Amino acid sequence: MNKFAKWGLTLPATIAVTLLLVVPVLITIATTFGEPKGVFSTYTAFFNSGFRTNILYRTLRIALITTAISLVIGFLTAYVIAQMPGRLKSIAIIAAVFPLLTGVVVRSFAWLIILGKNGILNSSLLSLGIISEPLSMLYTEGSVIVAMVYLFVPLMILTLTGVLEGIPRDVVEASASLGARPIATFFQVILPLAVPGLIVGAVLVFTGSFTSYATPQLLGGEQMMMMGTLLYQRAMVTFDWVGASTIAAIMVVITIAVVSIMSRIARRLNPMAV
Amino acid sequence: MTARIHPLLGAFAILVFLFLLAPLVIIVGASLSDTTYLTFPPQGLTLRWFANIFEISAFRNTAITSFQVAILGTGLSLLIGIPAAYALNRYRVGLPKWLGTLFILPILVPEIVFGFSLLKTITIGLGLPVYPSLIIGHALLVLPYSVRVVGASLASFDFSVEEAAISLGCPPLKTFFTVVLPNIRAGVIAAFILAFITSINDVSISVFLTGPGISTLPIQILAHMEQFFDPTIASVSVLLMLVTVGVMAIVEMTLGLTFLTK
Repeated sequence: MNKFAKWGLTLPATIAVTLLLVVPVLITIATTFGEPKGVFSTYTAFFNSGFRTNILYRTLRIALITTAISLVIGFLTAYVIAQMPGRLKSIAIIAAVFPLLTGVVVRSFAWLIILGKNGILNSSLLSLGIISEPLSMLYTEGSVIVAMVYLFVPLMILTLTGVLEGIPRDVVEASASLGARPIATFFQVILPLAVPGLIVGAVLVFTGSFTSYATPQLLGGEQMMMMGTLLYQRAMVTFDWVGASTIAAIMVVITIAVVSIMSRIARRLNPMAV
Repeated sequence: MTARIHPLLGAFAILVFLFLLAPLVIIVGASLSDTTYLTFPPQGLTLRWFANIFEISAFRNTAITSFQVAILGTGLSLLIGIPAAYALNRYRVGLPKWLGTLFILPILVPEIVFGFSLLKTITIGLGLPVYPSLIIGHALLVLPYSVRVVGASLASFDFSVEEAAISLGCPPLKTFFTVVLPNIRAGVIAAFILAFITSINDVSISVFLTGPGISTLPIQILAHMEQFFDPTIASVSVLLMLVTVGVMAIVEMTLGLTFLTK
């Protein structure tokens, strides 16, 4: 009975994930090796194309910069939130959760209004006399990064607030009572204890921005394509399905590599897990 | 942990919150502007852009589709996710470790790759119509919430209570519904809410699974933006933000918002 229940209860979900996710994704990847020109021909074509490798490097660059900025902003803000008294803390958390639960389209759209040619930033800079002609800020790497940081900072804040609140108060007090100055406590006690959480946050933001579609579509346009928008364009505009599958395979490999390497590092660096 | 906050750090945090909230305030302002283009601060106040949403049938239809897909997809994911979460926690020993990883694969595999693969194999390969494909995609996308969030509340459930009920003669299925389920209510509600909001905001999967007459609201908004840049989009966005407010109110009433930092 127990044996039946144990496997039987997990069976529907196992079948669903296997047949509807694992198999389709594996088929997609498998089709990239079936080209008449050679097993790896679509990959050599990808890496020999300056246009496509540029998009890959741009995507990696944007994802890395977004992760770095979100880490710094998120950690400092979470640090402040963790010290707040109860009521203020709830308000701060609501203010971070609200954008997080608002859709990616809405949040990217906001930056379209702000950064557009006739947008708020241009019109205020013009009326202040700082610039004499509107700047074209949209469809640049900068506009994509700003919108992505905006997208992921709330996630980072919430993840890290949880991590910082989990650090036992005694450890911090012990450090202070042993004479460490606040700045030393921060760098020598709090930061090392937060490293595993920082890595989790960094992985979430990196994979999220590396695989994003809506934000580069709206704020990057044709000029600043990323892997996600390139995949969509190949699949649905030029109907180059093998090309699209190649991009999909590269995205899967990079994502899984980053996740597994970083979670291994996180486990090793956890000072509490000795 | 408790420490003192440097005033500069406090000022920085205030700026971060301004950065997080100002764009949303700008959308609200732009949605009220009595101009045919998007601008902030609004010039003149009007609600006609909100009325305009209801004039455009595509918004109405896609909103209905989005809502249906979110409810059905979330429901399906809970239907298969709760038993899986139960088994993973009840029979911790004896189930292989990869099973837990399998159920979080939908968040590990890039969404856009998953959407494309579904289109390629299920919708085109097997000829499944777009609408059920869309529901399948969304159900799988949110499955990790069902398994993990419900699992987290099962982890703190004392299974000896269940054994007591069974040994007193209560049938297993009845025990589940009358003893286990009421105890993990909070987890189920949380999973439902997170899954629902993820589904209703999804772009990367839905963008591949739209067909003649079937699309979701976020995809319709993207399509509308490519042609028009009037305040209608801002007013649709405001309505979506109101949905978020509603969801947050439910979370606050049932679990408390601090739940989300755990």
